[in-house]
Amino acid sequence: MPAPRPARLALADGTLFEGLALGAPLPHDGAVLGEVVFTTGMTGYQEVFTDPSYTGQIVTMTAPEIGNTGINEDDTESRDARPQVRAIVVRHLSELRSNHRATEGLDAWLTRHGVTALTEVDTRALVRHLRDRGSQNGAIGEGSAATLVDRARSAPNMEGLDLVAQVTPEASYTVERGNQPEWRVLEAGGSRPHVVALDLGAKQNILRSLVDAGCRVTVVPARTTAAEVLALSPDGVFVSNGPGDPAAVTYAIDTVRDLLGKKPLFGICLGHQLLSLAAGARTYKLKFGHRGLNQPVLDQTTGRVEITSQNHGFAVEVATLPKSARSTHIHLNDGTSEGLALPEARAFSVQYHPEAAAGPHDTLHLFSRFVAAMTA
Amino acid sequence: MPRRDDLKKILIIGSGPIVIGQACEFDYSGTQGAKALREEGYEVVLVNSNPATIMTDPELAARTYVEPLEPATLTAVLERERPCAVLPTLGGQTALNLALALHHDGTLARLGIELIGASPEAIAKAEDRKLFKEAMTKIGLASARSGYARSFEEAREIVERGNAETGGHPTGYPAILRPSFTLGGTGGGIAMDRAELEEKVAWALDQSKVGEVLIEESILGWKEFELEVIRDGADNFIVVCTIENLDPMGVHTGDSITVAPAMTLTDREYQRLRDAARAVMTEIGVETGGSNVQFAVNPRDGRVIVIEMNPRVSRSSALASKATGYPIAKIAAKLAVGYRLDELRNDITGTSAAFEPTIDYVVVKWPRFAFEKFPGSDQRLGTQMKSVGEAMAIGRSFIEALQKAARSLETGRDGLCSLLGLVDYAALQSDPNLGRDLVMDPPAMPRPPSGQTLEGEALKATLLQLSSVPTADRLFYVGDALRAGATRDEVVAATAIDPWFVDRIARIVEAERDVDASVLAEPTKLRAIKRMGFSDSRIAQLASRGAAPITADEVRAARKRLGVVATYGRVDTCAAEFPAHTPYLYSSYESSSEARPSDRKKVIILGGGPNRIGQGIEFDYCCVHASMALREAGVETVMVNCNPETVSTDYDTSDRLYFEPLTLEDVLGIVDEEQQSGELLGVIVQYGGQTPLKLARGLAAAGVPILGTSADAIDRAEDRARFEELLNELGLARPRGAIARGVAEAFEVAASVGYPVVVRPSYVLGGRAMMICHDEEDLRAYVHLAVEAAREAGTQTILIDEFLSDAIEVDVDAVGDGKKVVIGGVMQHIEEAGVHSGDSASVLPPHSLPPSVVAEIESATRALGLALGVVGLMNVQFAVRDGKVSIIEVNPRASRTVPFVSKATGRPLAKIAARVMLGSSLQALGVGDAPRPKHVAVKESVFPFTKFPGVDTQLGPEMRSTGEVMGIAPTLAEAFGKAQLASNVRIPRSGTVLITVRDADKDAATKLAARLAALGFRIAATEGTGKALASAGVTAQIVNKVRQGSPHVVDLVRGGEVVMVVNTTVGAKAIRDSYSIRRQSLLSDVAMFTTVAGAVAFGEAIEAAARGGAPRVRTLQEWAAGAAD
Repeated sequence: MPAPRPARLALADGTLFEGLALGAPLPHDGAVLGEVVFTTGMTGYQEVFTDPSYTGQIVTMTAPEIGNTGINEDDTESRDARPQVRAIVVRHLSELRSNHRATEGLDAWLTRHGVTALTEVDTRALVRHLRDRGSQNGAIGEGSAATLVDRARSAPNMEGLDLVAQVTPEASYTVERGNQPEWRVLEAGGSRPHVVALDLGAKQNILRSLVDAGCRVTVVPARTTAAEVLALSPDGVFVSNGPGDPAAVTYAIDTVRDLLGKKPLFGICLGHQLLSLAAGARTYKLKFGHRGLNQPVLDQTTGRVEITSQNHGFAVEVATLPKSARSTHIHLNDGTSEGLALPEARAFSVQYHPEAAAGPHDTLHLFSRFVAAMTA
Repeated sequence: MPRRDDLKKILIIGSGPIVIGQACEFDYSGTQGAKALREEGYEVVLVNSNPATIMTDPELAARTYVEPLEPATLTAVLERERPCAVLPTLGGQTALNLALALHHDGTLARLGIELIGASPEAIAKAEDRKLFKEAMTKIGLASARSGYARSFEEAREIVERGNAETGGHPTGYPAILRPSFTLGGTGGGIAMDRAELEEKVAWALDQSKVGEVLIEESILGWKEFELEVIRDGADNFIVVCTIENLDPMGVHTGDSITVAPAMTLTDREYQRLRDAARAVMTEIGVETGGSNVQFAVNPRDGRVIVIEMNPRVSRSSALASKATGYPIAKIAAKLAVGYRLDELRNDITGTSAAFEPTIDYVVVKWPRFAFEKFPGSDQRLGTQMKSVGEAMAIGRSFIEALQKAARSLETGRDGLCSLLGLVDYAALQSDPNLGRDLVMDPPAMPRPPSGQTLEGEALKATLLQLSSVPTADRLFYVGDALRAGATRDEVVAATAIDPWFVDRIARIVEAERDVDASVLAEPTKLRAIKRMGFSDSRIAQLASRGAAPITADEVRAARKRLGVVATYGRVDTCAAEFPAHTPYLYSSYESSSEARPSDRKKVIILGGGPNRIGQGIEFDYCCVHASMALREAGVETVMVNCNPETVSTDYDTSDRLYFEPLTLEDVLGIVDEEQQSGELLGVIVQYGGQTPLKLARGLAAAGVPILGTSADAIDRAEDRARFEELLNELGLARPRGAIARGVAEAFEVAASVGYPVVVRPSYVLGGRAMMICHDEEDLRAYVHLAVEAAREAGTQTILIDEFLSDAIEVDVDAVGDGKKVVIGGVMQHIEEAGVHSGDSASVLPPHSLPPSVVAEIESATRALGLALGVVGLMNVQFAVRDGKVSIIEVNPRASRTVPFVSKATGRPLAKIAARVMLGSSLQALGVGDAPRPKHVAVKESVFPFTKFPGVDTQLGPEMRSTGEVMGIAPTLAEAFGKAQLASNVRIPRSGTVLITVRDADKDAATKLAARLAALGFRIAATEGTGKALASAGVTAQIVNKVRQGSPHVVDLVRGGEVVMVVNTTVGAKAIRDSYSIRRQSLLSDVAMFTTVAGAVAFGEAIEAAARGGAPRVRTLQEWAAGAAD
C-alpha cells in the first residue's frame, strides 16, 4: 500500500476534517466533490460502496475499522461491480484483508476504480456535525482550506437533482441468476411470474432476490414508458431504488402513474417515493437521512417491528397521501413514512430495503408477497 | 401489549456467591431487573445468598432474603411469600437450575406460581445438549458431530468408532468433553489421546449433575462468535451486540479475549449468523428476554456450527450492555412482564428500544486470571473457564482498545508491552506439562529460574511454540514472537488467530520501533502514537532506549505542552446518529471531546477494576454506595471503572461514567477534563480496594484533592516503621517482627523473630504470596515468591512476623470522621489465625469472646482511627491468644467485609462514610455505635478449587476464595448451617466422618467425634487420632494413611461412605503428605475441614439440622426490625 498523503474534507459550511488520503490519487489541483452523508452499518462496506443509490455522494462510515474482509466477487450491488460512491471517509482503512472469499484488498480496489478514501478522520465528530447541521456538500482535497470550502459550495445541490440518468442501464436485459445456493434465503414457489423492473440504479440483490423468489426478470431503463413496459406483458412491475431527488425524476413518475391499476406494482426506496408522487403525495429532503442497517420499522398491519436496512435522504410526506393510499409502515424513531399500499391498484412499496445487502433479512418476505400479488 | 396487571408480586432469584463463571454480572442484572420491575409498580421479592451485592440492599426490593439458594430454602421462601411469578433469567445458571428443580418437584405448580422470562420447556431444550442438538437439526443448523457417554467405554466408541448418534462417523481426537448441567464448563476439557480420554471422562462424569458427558468433534482453531439477542412476546427480535473471540475455538469464551463488534465478518456471513440466532430463539422458544447464541465459523470455507445458547442473561449480556449502552437486563425484565420492545424507550437517545445498537468504536474484553494463587494448576486455557475477572476497554480503533484493555488488567503491563528480559522464556518452554489434571500428587514446588537466555532463532522458535498454546499471557508471547522476527504468517500458523488481529498486533510492534525521544517534540508523531493506545509509561520506556531516561510524567507534560490530550466520546447505542442524553464516556485521541462537564460540585469515585481474588464485588458495592450517598447529598458523582460486570459501570448508577483504565495517566486525564467546569471537591480512593489506593500518592502529587483519609495517613498504616511508631505511642501490642530486604536478610530476621513466622510482601492485597513458614526449610522453599511479589508491587521489602498459632482472629470495620470513630461491626473468625481473613468464616457478633476482650478491641480500633486521622472507612485485624489482644494490621479504606457488616447490622456503613468524607460529622449524621444484634450472621467463603485440578485445597494466609455467602439466624449453629448450605456444602444426616488431626487438635476433635457419634454417625480415623478417640471412649474404624498403603483414607473417601472429613496438619511436609485426601474430598464433593474450629461449627450445624423442621427464613428488613424468632 502506498504511503498515505495528508488531505482534508471541507464542508460547505466551512468546517474542516483532517485525514490521510488512500485509494486513488486526488485530482492534482482539484478536489472530489459530493454530498457528504454517513451510514451506521457495522458490516457490509462493499455493498455500500457499490450501491448505485450512493451515486454522487461522499460516504462516511461510522464503523471505525473498514476493509478488514477485503473485496469479494459475490457481495457487489452494482451491475458492473464498480464502486458507485464519489469518495469514502473512514476512521481506519485496513491494510490487510482477511476472508476466505476475498479476492482483493479494499485500498487496491478503490485505487483501481479511481475512488479516494480519506482515512484517519475523526468520523464521529463529522457525523455529529452532519446530524446537527444536516447533510451538505463537501470537497476532499490536498489544497488550502479556503479553496476546498469554495469548491464544496460550488457543488450542485442534491435537491432537484436527477442522478438516475447516470446509473440506469442503456438498454433492457434479462436477469437469470439469483443468489448462490449457499446464500439463498428465499424459496421459489411453483409459479414463474414475469417481472419488468424499472432500473433507476437498482441494487443487484433486489434483482437476485426476485429471481430467488421465482420471478423471470426483465430490466428496463429509467425512461421506458408505461406502454413499453406493458408491451413486454409482465405479470407485475417493479420500481427500483436509485439516487437523487425523487421529484426530479418526472418521467419515471409518469410511467408509474400510467401503470397504476394495470399491473401489480412493487417499489423499493426511490420506487416508494415515485409511487407516492404518482399517487399525488409530496416528498421532502430529510435533515441527514436514514442510512444504516438497524432502522426499526413498525409494520402497521401486523404490529410487528422489523429491523431494516435503509439508505435514503428524501422521504414521503404521509399527510399528503391520497385517500386511496394506506400507510402500511412507519419508522419507529421519527414516525416517517416507510411503506404504503394502494389496494385498488394492487400496488405497494417500502422506503427501506427488504433485499438487505447489507442488512438484516427481516423483510425479505416482501418479495414473496409481490409474487403472491402477481399470481393471485 | 402493555405490562401484565395480573401479576402483583414477583420473586427474583439471584446467583449466589461469586464463583468462576458466575460473578458480579448477575448483581448488575438482578439490580437492573429489580429496579425495572419496581418502577412498574410490582412488589419485588429478592433471594440471594451473597451479601456483597447491590441487589440485596434492603432499599432495592420490598422484601429481601439473604438465604441459601437451594430447593428446600427457596420453597420455604415461596410458601411464605406466595409470589405470582418467579423470574429466574437474571440469576445465571444457579437461578435457572433452581427454578427448573422447583418446576420438576411440583412446587411451582402446587403454589400456583408462574415462571416468567423463560419456560421450563425452553430452559430444558437449551440446557440439555441432546435436546438442543435435535432442535438445531430440526431447523437445519449444523452442529458438531457428537455423542453422549455415561462411561469411558461409551466415550471410546464415540471417539474411535462412531455410533448412531454420530452418524456412524468417529468424532476423533482431539475430543471435546462437555459434561451436562454444569456451571462455567466445570469438568469440561480436551482429550488428545486415549489415555487423556479415560482420565478426563472420569472427571467430567463426576462433575456432571446427571453423570453424562457430551463428546464432540473438535472444531479447534475455528473462529468463534457470540450474538447477544433479545426477543419479545410478539416475536420481535433484535441483536444487541456481536462479539468476536480473538482466541479461536478451544478456549472458553469467558477466558477469551473478545472484541465487539465482530471484526472479520462480511455482511453476508454476519447475516447468516443473525438468521440462525433468530431461528434458534424461535425453536428453543425463548419468548421474552435476552439470550446469547454462540457460533463457530470455519475460516477456510465459512461453514457455520451452532455451539450453544443460553436462554437467560449472561456475562456476555453484561459485556454487551456495557459495550453498546443497551441495558439488556432492564429490557429483559420488562419484556418478562408483558411489554413489547416497541413499547419501550432507549434511555440514552429517547428513541425506540426496538432497534439494534450500532457502535463507532471498538471494545476489547480481556480476562484476568489468578494462577499465581494456585501453584501447580494447569495454566493452559481450555473449555473450562479459569479466569476470575475481566477488564473492558473502549477505543476508536482495535489497537487502541487492545492496549487500553491490557493496561486495565493491572498485571503490571502498560499495554501490549514486551516481556523479553522480564520472563524466563527458557524455563517456560522447558516445562513440558504445567498441569497434572487428576494426578493425586501434591503440587510441585515452584521452579527455580533457568538461568538461560534465549536469542535469535531459538528465541523466535520458543516464542512461536509458547504462542501456540492458549494461556493467560499468550498475546504477549505473540508480540514478543513478532519482536523476535517471526512473520505474521508464522504467528497465524502457530496460533490460528485470525490474520487481521495478528496484523494489528504486528502494527503495534512496528510502531514501537519508531518511538524515540524526538516524539516528545513532534505533536504529529506523538498524537499518532497516542492514537494507537500507547500509554505514557510505555512511551517513556520506549523513548528511553539508548538515551537518557524519560519518565511517564515527562511524557504527560510534553503532551500537555503540545496539546496532545485525551478527548472523550460518548457511548450512545447509535454511532452518533442521535444526541445522547447520558454522559457515558471513553477516552481516545480525536479532534473534539463530548464530555461537556457540568458546572456542579462533583466527586470522582475510583472503582476497583477487574475482579480478582482479594478484590471483587465487595469493593464495587462500596463504590456504588458512595455514589448513591453523594447523589442524595446533592453532589454530582463521576464514576471511573473498567470492569464490565459491575453495577458501578451501569450508565445510571452515577451522574457520569468514564469507562477507563484505572491508571494514573487515565485518571489524571479525567480530572483535567472534569475540572474544566464546576468544582471538583475531590477523588475517593478508599472504596475500590488496592487499585485506586495505589494511585493516591500520584494523584496527591499532581495536586488532586483526595477525599477522606489523607495519603499520608494511608502511608502511615502501610509503612512498617511508621506503623510501629504509632502503635508504641498508643501502647498497643502487635506480633514481633521485622522488615527484610532480599532473601539473605529474610533468614536472619526469621531466626531472630523465631519460627513459626508469617512472611509477606508489603503493599499487596488478598494475602498475595503470604505464607506461614514453620522452619527454615519452609522459608527456603517460598521466600523468593514473596520477593517476586514485592517487586511486582513496586517495593523491595518483605515483612516477617511472629505467627500466633491457635490465636483467634477478629476483624473490625469502623467509620471515622477525624474526631470520632464509630464501630460498624466486630467479627470473630471461626478458623484460627493463619487462614486469610478473606477465606475464613466469620461471625457477627463474636460468639466466644468475653465482653472485656471485645471492649478492648473496640477501644483499640477507636484509638487507631483517631491517631491516624481516619476520615471514612477503616478495617482493623486483631489476633487474640490467651486473652491477649494483638494488632495484625490496619487498613484505612473500605474492606471486603463492609457489605457483610452492613447487611448483618442493617446499617449502610459505606454510605455513612461517604457523607463523612464530604465533610459531615458522625454526630451531625446521628450515627453512634450500633447495639449488639439479637441475631447471628455468619460469612462463609466459596472456593474455586474444582476449576483447578491438581491444586491443594489447604487454607492458608494467601486468600483464594472468589466469593462469599451469608447465613443469618437466631443462633450460631443455624446461621453457620445456612452459610454452609449457601456455599453448596450439604449438611449430612448420616454416614461416616473421617478424622485425622494433628496432636494439638486431638482434644477438640475427640469432643466433636463424640457428639457426632451420638447423632448416629460412624467415625473413621487414622491410627494416632483413633488412639486419642479410643482413650476418650469413642469407637472409630482405623484407616491407613496413604503412605501405609491401600486400603487407605483416600480409598475410603473415594468409596462414597464418607460425608465429612476433618484433616488438620502442621508443617510443610505433613501438609504435602495429606494433599491427596483433601483433593479426593473435593472430587467426591465431601464437606472438608482443614481447621478443627470449622469442623466444630459444622458439627453444631449438623446437630441443629438433625433437630429437623423446614428451613426458617426471614427477610433482611425483618432482621433489621429486630426479628428474633
